[in-house]
Amino acid sequence: MTLELVFDIGLAALVLTVATWTLLARETTAAVIGFVAYGLLLTLVWVRLAAVDVALTEAAIGSGMTGVLLLTAAARLRATEAVANAEQPGATLRVVAALLCVSVFAGLAGIVLLLPEPGPTLAPQAAANLGSTGLGNAVTAVLLSFRAIDTLLETVVLLLALLGVWSLAPDRVWGGRPGPQGNVQRDGVLVFLAQLLPPVGIVVAIHLFWVGADAPGGKFQAATILAAMWILAQQAGLTDAPPVDRRWLRLVLVAGPAAFLAVGFLGFAAAGAFLAYPAGYAKPLILFIEAALMPSIAATLALLVAGPPARTEPP
Amino acid sequence: MTLVLDILTVVAVSAGVFFFLAGTVGLLRFPDSLSRLHALTKADNLGLGLVVLGLLPRADGPFGALKLIAVWLLAQLAGATVTQLLARAARTAEPQE
Repeated sequence: MTLELVFDIGLAALVLTVATWTLLARETTAAVIGFVAYGLLLTLVWVRLAAVDVALTEAAIGSGMTGVLLLTAAARLRATEAVANAEQPGATLRVVAALLCVSVFAGLAGIVLLLPEPGPTLAPQAAANLGSTGLGNAVTAVLLSFRAIDTLLETVVLLLALLGVWSLAPDRVWGGRPGPQGNVQRDGVLVFLAQLLPPVGIVVAIHLFWVGADAPGGKFQAATILAAMWILAQQAGLTDAPPVDRRWLRLVLVAGPAAFLAVGFLGFAAAGAFLAYPAGYAKPLILFIEAALMPSIAATLALLVAGPPARTEPP
Repeated sequence: MTLVLDILTVVAVSAGVFFFLAGTVGLLRFPDSLSRLHALTKADNLGLGLVVLGLLPRADGPFGALKLIAVWLLAQLAGATVTQLLARAARTAEPQE
């Protein structure tokens, strides 16, 4: 048994243990923390499978950003948690839920066990046509060229999610700033760190964005880092979340998907199909789309964490 | 020379692992949130620092070594920031007398 195998078996056992613990945790906050730890372990699994792009996304979005969103949700639910925990569902409901879970599990297990050997894959075709995109990273080529429509829809879904969060605001605070007021205590060390980290974070984000063409990285991971830096500055009281009715904010949010759509429609004229890139212009167009998307995604993610508008400006 | 570097790697990484272990024991055994955070920062700073020190002779080229050091410094900065945020949250949640 090689050392790698021992490590992999240990990692798999750890992932399963943390997953079980997360499911069994009674407290919402504890379950969320379990979920974040699970996501970080999963990142290691993706690295072991040589899927560094997926690992970066899992760490940034799957574990980091989703974890923060779930933590915020858990904090909101804390007031009613005791009541919710005391409610016992009826026997029928529990049996039905158990049956559904078992059948989903059995279905998934069956599919995994019955997969043909070798599994069906489009990877050779993607690798063979990589040259036509001018990119060196096959994952970026799939995300922004071969399956660009999926990425376009993803960015639109993010915007819709933000609209959903915003629409939770009561009428009287509509157009105000998100988040609670006056709870920000400026303490020296945090302010210092919040001034020190963002410049580093911005450089790392731009690096991740730039190497995404040829190496693992890309706009989503970069945007998450940018969003995290903005959230950090807000937490330290250095800046405040902007009021949601600002025109510039709306423009930043919409610019990325709008540029993506515009390039998509341009494809009709230039190459005869939606989201088709004219030969030779694929790489500059992809870079343009990614550059336009990065600030939009960063702003959307940060505002998702900030929550619905909660206070209006003092008159 | 290789032998000396190998010994350095083994000793430094083992020492780093020891600090991670100590940090984990502290996390599990210490009585309140602030002490637990204190234990964790030891794992971040010293543990990761020693692991990085041990891996330096094995880095590919000076850029690889600089990358490792940058990872250590960034992990320290990020760790310090998160610790501050957590400590602030813990202080408001369970006021210390």
